[in-house]
Amino acid sequence: MAIELKEVTKVVGIDTHIHETSIKLEEGRFNILLGTTLSGKTTLLRLMAGLERPTKGEIWFKGANVTGVPVQKRKVAMVYQQFINYPNFTVYDNIASPLKVIRLPKKEIEARVHKVAELLKITPMLKRMPSELSGGQQQRTALARALVKESDLVLLDEPLADLDYKLREELREELPKLFHDSGATVVYATTEPAEALLLGGYTATLHEGRVTQYGPTPSVYRIPQDLLSARVFSDPPINTASITKRGEKFHYNETASWNVSERYKALPDGPYTIGFRPHHITLEPDNDESISVKGTVVVTEISGSESVIHMSVGHDTWVSLSHGIHPFKRGDAVELYLQTDHCFYFDANERFI
Amino acid sequence: MIDKTTNQKAWFLVLPVVVLVAFNALIPLMTVVNYSVQETFGNNVFFFEGVKWFEQILHSERFHASLLRQLSFTGIILLIEVPLGVAIALAMPKKGPWVSVCLVLMALPLLIPWNVVGAMWNIFALPEIGLLGKMINGLGFDYNFTQQPLAAWFTTILMDVWHWTSLVVLLAYAGLSSIPDAYYQAARIDGASAWSVFRYIQLPKMKRVLTIAILLRFMDSFMIYTEPFVLTGGGPGNTTTFLSIDLVKIALGQFDLGPAAAMSLIYFLIILLLSWIFYTLMMRNEEK
Repeated sequence: MAIELKEVTKVVGIDTHIHETSIKLEEGRFNILLGTTLSGKTTLLRLMAGLERPTKGEIWFKGANVTGVPVQKRKVAMVYQQFINYPNFTVYDNIASPLKVIRLPKKEIEARVHKVAELLKITPMLKRMPSELSGGQQQRTALARALVKESDLVLLDEPLADLDYKLREELREELPKLFHDSGATVVYATTEPAEALLLGGYTATLHEGRVTQYGPTPSVYRIPQDLLSARVFSDPPINTASITKRGEKFHYNETASWNVSERYKALPDGPYTIGFRPHHITLEPDNDESISVKGTVVVTEISGSESVIHMSVGHDTWVSLSHGIHPFKRGDAVELYLQTDHCFYFDANERFI
Repeated sequence: MIDKTTNQKAWFLVLPVVVLVAFNALIPLMTVVNYSVQETFGNNVFFFEGVKWFEQILHSERFHASLLRQLSFTGIILLIEVPLGVAIALAMPKKGPWVSVCLVLMALPLLIPWNVVGAMWNIFALPEIGLLGKMINGLGFDYNFTQQPLAAWFTTILMDVWHWTSLVVLLAYAGLSSIPDAYYQAARIDGASAWSVFRYIQLPKMKRVLTIAILLRFMDSFMIYTEPFVLTGGGPGNTTTFLSIDLVKIALGQFDLGPAAAMSLIYFLIILLLSWIFYTLMMRNEEK
């Protein structure tokens, strides 16, 4: 058992930063906290680190209650969005600093620093000052400092957000491998759904201080428990529509309807909500389950070989993502195909059904 | 190739500044240079004397004594004001309603005219009726800043510390507030002590503003005139006659225009030289 929050809440003044949350993260795995800014990712990380005390509830780490234990006494490491290094230490001394605090013998410090420097490919920079490094190298140094401690819990707070696109991709690829070998439980906060998918592991979706869902990343993506989790884990944003079930058919706006699949046959008649990702509403039908929907183009964004078409259909505004270049103009009538077999169906309480 | 357009009209835009600088800096400076190489016995008759006044000033014991006093004064107030200013900045709250209260309180001494500061401290420190003077005497010390050199120095330094530490505080505080909170968290996770946080995070991050603070305090204190002039008038004897007070005595008291002009130039060059040395020394590590 790695880290577990038991009915934890965090209230600061009159603001509730974290509503009652219970979550048990997978030990020795890459755990991702996914949510927008102010969704409570950083607060959760700080609670796990012991930088803050929960207002209520308990935090358990490796089978022991660590709720009141100060951060220095826990074996945790943290890396931030900003590149945090001691400004007047060399890279070597920066990486060695946590080991010097616990007074390891010099020989061992040297061996461990060189080992992680090698892993993070910063061996040639060991003698330089942080200000002489690129952003990517500075963040590598900060990561090395987290890794060298051999902590059981490593907290990463949007560590790639301030890096250039290229460097971000490069480091993102290395991160899971680096920490997989260390055996540490990693918690990684990010605002980007795509990043969560690329990193794999386990994902917890956060919304306004609540964990809405937690599980293996691909299954959270494919089967969102509720509409909120689906919204958090979708970029561009997920489309929604109110539909009505009448007998064998789902109806949308009285303009479109499709057959109820086997799975939903038993549902009572009434209103439901569907959610579908932009790439599941396209200019070409996918199969027999795709139904035609007519709308008006609001704006078209063309990126390389894909077209993102924002269109209004009745009272709804949807985003569609199609292959190829389709330079529609504002106001153009457009016919798109909704892949009803890829829709998520939610009940009146926005729960997945 | 890009064609560069030349427009001579731009000179007209620079002209006001050139005129202003000429009148308030260049022309007065050249007048001083002019006086410094000439002798006059009145009637607007001048004789060329070459570097005679410069030699006289550089060999004058009176000048040496003033310079030594000036250096000691500047050294002492720097040694007090910089660490004290940093300490106060560290102790100030980082957020909340008290921040603005503290900042306003800190800025107050800086807003008081210099001669008022001198007059205030003169009355404050009077041994018979001043709050400070009477209190020190009441504690059993024999204290009279108009008669005892040591008491005069003590009062002058105390006044300068009261007047100018705020400047260091404000600059250091600005430096401290620019450090992201994540640095402190990272240090806590590392288990760094308060001293390590100061030594390895706060001090390096404050380096630039502290350099500016030291430079400003050095230049200002080296040119100090008004406050000690009002407080002690340079006395008792010559014990608090700093360079600028001495200069005014020679120029306006004795009306020795030549030596006074020569001394002004030497004074100016000393400040320029010391500022340059300070700056290069403090910025040397930065460039490495």
